[in-house]
Amino acid sequence: MSYLELNARQRIPAIFDPGSFEEFLPPAARVTSPHLAQLDAPVSFDDGVVVGRGLLGGKRVFGAAQEGGFMGGAVGEVHGAKLVGMLRRAIDEDAHAVLLLLESGGVRLHEANAGLIAVSEVMRAILDVRAAGIPVVAVVGGANGCFGGMGIAARCANTVIMSEEGRLAMSGPEVIETANGVEEFDARDRALVWRTTGGKHRYLMGDCQALVADDAAAFRAAALDAIAALRAQGAVLSLEELLAEQDMLARRLRDTENMRDPLEVWAGMGIPEPARVPVLEAEAFLALAQRHRAPSRKGE
Amino acid sequence: MDWKLLAARLFPAGHDIVESGNFLSGSAQVEGRQVSVIGTTEHTPIGVEIALAQARAVLQTVQAHPGRPIVILVDTQGQRLRHRDEMLGINSYMAHLGKCIDLARRRGHTVLGLVYDQALSGGFITSGLIADACYALPEATIRVMGLPAMARITKVPEERLTELARDNPVFAPGAPNYLRMGGLHGIWEGDLAQALAQALREAGPQDRRMELGRERGGRMLAQTVAEAVRGGGDVRPA
Repeated sequence: MSYLELNARQRIPAIFDPGSFEEFLPPAARVTSPHLAQLDAPVSFDDGVVVGRGLLGGKRVFGAAQEGGFMGGAVGEVHGAKLVGMLRRAIDEDAHAVLLLLESGGVRLHEANAGLIAVSEVMRAILDVRAAGIPVVAVVGGANGCFGGMGIAARCANTVIMSEEGRLAMSGPEVIETANGVEEFDARDRALVWRTTGGKHRYLMGDCQALVADDAAAFRAAALDAIAALRAQGAVLSLEELLAEQDMLARRLRDTENMRDPLEVWAGMGIPEPARVPVLEAEAFLALAQRHRAPSRKGE
Repeated sequence: MDWKLLAARLFPAGHDIVESGNFLSGSAQVEGRQVSVIGTTEHTPIGVEIALAQARAVLQTVQAHPGRPIVILVDTQGQRLRHRDEMLGINSYMAHLGKCIDLARRRGHTVLGLVYDQALSGGFITSGLIADACYALPEATIRVMGLPAMARITKVPEERLTELARDNPVFAPGAPNYLRMGGLHGIWEGDLAQALAQALREAGPQDRRMELGRERGGRMLAQTVAEAVRGGGDVRPA
């Protein structure tokens, strides 16, 4: 079953143990954005996000799924507050883990200032969960990708799991093209967009820790593995981990000086025939990546 | 405001802040105590290098000066909009900076943000907005993006957005609106050194922005919704 093609409410039962998920503030509660009406924009009774708790492999895991079909999964006042409330409750109830199924353009511009503050509240709440020793795992495999503030929030999780089709970045290609011209970033060059923001590049660079095929069962299995590993090694963000990340990010800058295209970066990593990377199936790609990717944390 | 003028007003007892490629770092005296200062100037866009330099300065403070407060001086036009930054994973560099600041807070460093000129979206979210508390000077510009760009993306006519931005804190740029929304703890006027010293004394580790947003009438639902989700209750109109 393609994860990419599912909507948020279909992803929940495909990832969590079937029938186990209990939604907090479900659509029946009729809590909608207070800001959309004044722009004559439609509202949604879940404001584009499902939050709650369920079982994953029999363990009590709190979770959220953003709905890319509603305003691109963007974060407004209510959407953000639902995420924050769920994250705080995960601490109150000592969750086994938190699983975030992210699909978002970032701040919802229709609620500009409220959305910006909300995204920063989500980031702090994610880090509170980790500080409580609870692992946070982010999944990025939806058609809209994970951008803007949510692209930052994803990297506040312990582990990011992606598919090749998932995209993780900050500013969308259209925004960059609008600001600095088509020579800077051609948003219509789909191959360039994917090799810049897609799962394979992120995995090679060390920005995501697991890459799976676009398959709900594969995402579920990877989430179970990640949570088990994090429960064993500890989820709290440490100074040691941040010093290692500082080194990794500094090394990345040094190793890619003057490089303009991911193909050059992959060649620089020693990958033979880098142009073949985009066409490799997940398994063949992982075998190749094993030998070349940048480790993103100790022991990888 | 010129950062040197600002630094002189914030730290009359002296500082050794230096600028290097629009990145500010150093230390200063506040009421007889050393604080670390990091920041940016000239509305510089935050690219991967500056984000990493700020993170390094935070980590150095954590390692060399446990417990020393950190003041972040914010002046940025937002994240740098370049293909290379995206290729290198600028979101990871920003998240790294945010995580470093968060770690410092948890290890007992009070972290304050001060928007002294401009703050836009991506450059703001992992600096001032992740501090214990964020303040601004009255004339500071704070916003997500300009109204023309916002109109293009939301497909709402710019005239309509301009009209809403006149008195609606959700759209309008500027410090007073972010204050109402709870995104700022306060606006500093007059004696900046005194305001900073007081803010350092008052800062606490809890994220109180939803509460402030409701008290000030800028964000009426955030706190209620978060509490309802957390406590399993209903949402009642604020």
